[in-house]
Amino acid sequence: MSTHTEQVEQIHGATTGTFTKIWFVLLALTGVEVYLCYIQLPTLTMLTLLVGLSVVKAALIIGYFMHLKFERFSLFLTLFPMLIFCILLMLIFLGDATRIPNMRPPS
Amino acid sequence: MSSHVTAAAASAWDGGASPYATNSKKFGMWLFIISDALTFSALLFAYTYSRVSNPDWPKPFDFSPSIIFSSVMTFCLLSSSLTMVMAVHSMNHGNRKSTVKWILATMLGGGAFVVLHATEWMRLINLEHVTASGNPFGVPLFGGTFFAITGLHMTHVIIGVIYLGIICQGVGRGKFKAEDVEVSGLYWHFVDLVWMFVFPLVYLMSARVG
Repeated sequence: MSTHTEQVEQIHGATTGTFTKIWFVLLALTGVEVYLCYIQLPTLTMLTLLVGLSVVKAALIIGYFMHLKFERFSLFLTLFPMLIFCILLMLIFLGDATRIPNMRPPS
Repeated sequence: MSSHVTAAAASAWDGGASPYATNSKKFGMWLFIISDALTFSALLFAYTYSRVSNPDWPKPFDFSPSIIFSSVMTFCLLSSSLTMVMAVHSMNHGNRKSTVKWILATMLGGGAFVVLHATEWMRLINLEHVTASGNPFGVPLFGGTFFAITGLHMTHVIIGVIYLGIICQGVGRGKFKAEDVEVSGLYWHFVDLVWMFVFPLVYLMSARVG
């Protein structure tokens, strides 16, 4: 490997082997998600598991494919705490969503 | 680039020349991605709210073909993300020919996704009679939310394929720098990222089981 290549490798932090491994992990997690959907879990349990797995997948994509793991930490701090905070604020509505089915008059 | 990094390294938070040690194109794309992520999360929250609050929510997605199709679509997008990473990698090494090949592979993955998704839409419209305003399952919101979310995502994929096409022909003709390919890669990975949430929340949560 030439010095130039090593330098680039150093700047960009990950090798093609790492990216291929991440790709395999992402495919495996997708497989787990499809399996979960066929084992008949209660709606909220399944929702929590699926969203949990998707957050892990998102973190892998953002960290490695989108390269954020190798960027300066200040970039992460500027972009993500705000995003996560806004998304968590939207969770406020979810309590109502689970309450509504119980408020239906018995038919 | 390395001198650029060292110049800012001393004073990351003092408003140095480059506090993020990144170029402005890339930072601009990140800002766009964050705002677009909020749009998609609002839509997905609205969908999940309707889904959870309604015990009669329709489950029109059979294992074959819908779940198989959407799993293959997930595979296409994930693989195209890998080829995009390879394109950025080749461009960083100054290899324009292989960059063009990897970008073309990425566009192929995106194209396959769009074709499969369009087939899936036509199946829902023609066979299950789901439209944006009504469906035979008695939950009119299903069609509206489904087509809005997947439609917006498909628009992003189509725009991504066009964007990559422009970058690809430019790279082939010796235009554009490594950072331009990296910025287009960021957009493409974001499209992939959004699908990682649309697939479980819209498809898997409404799979016809048993």
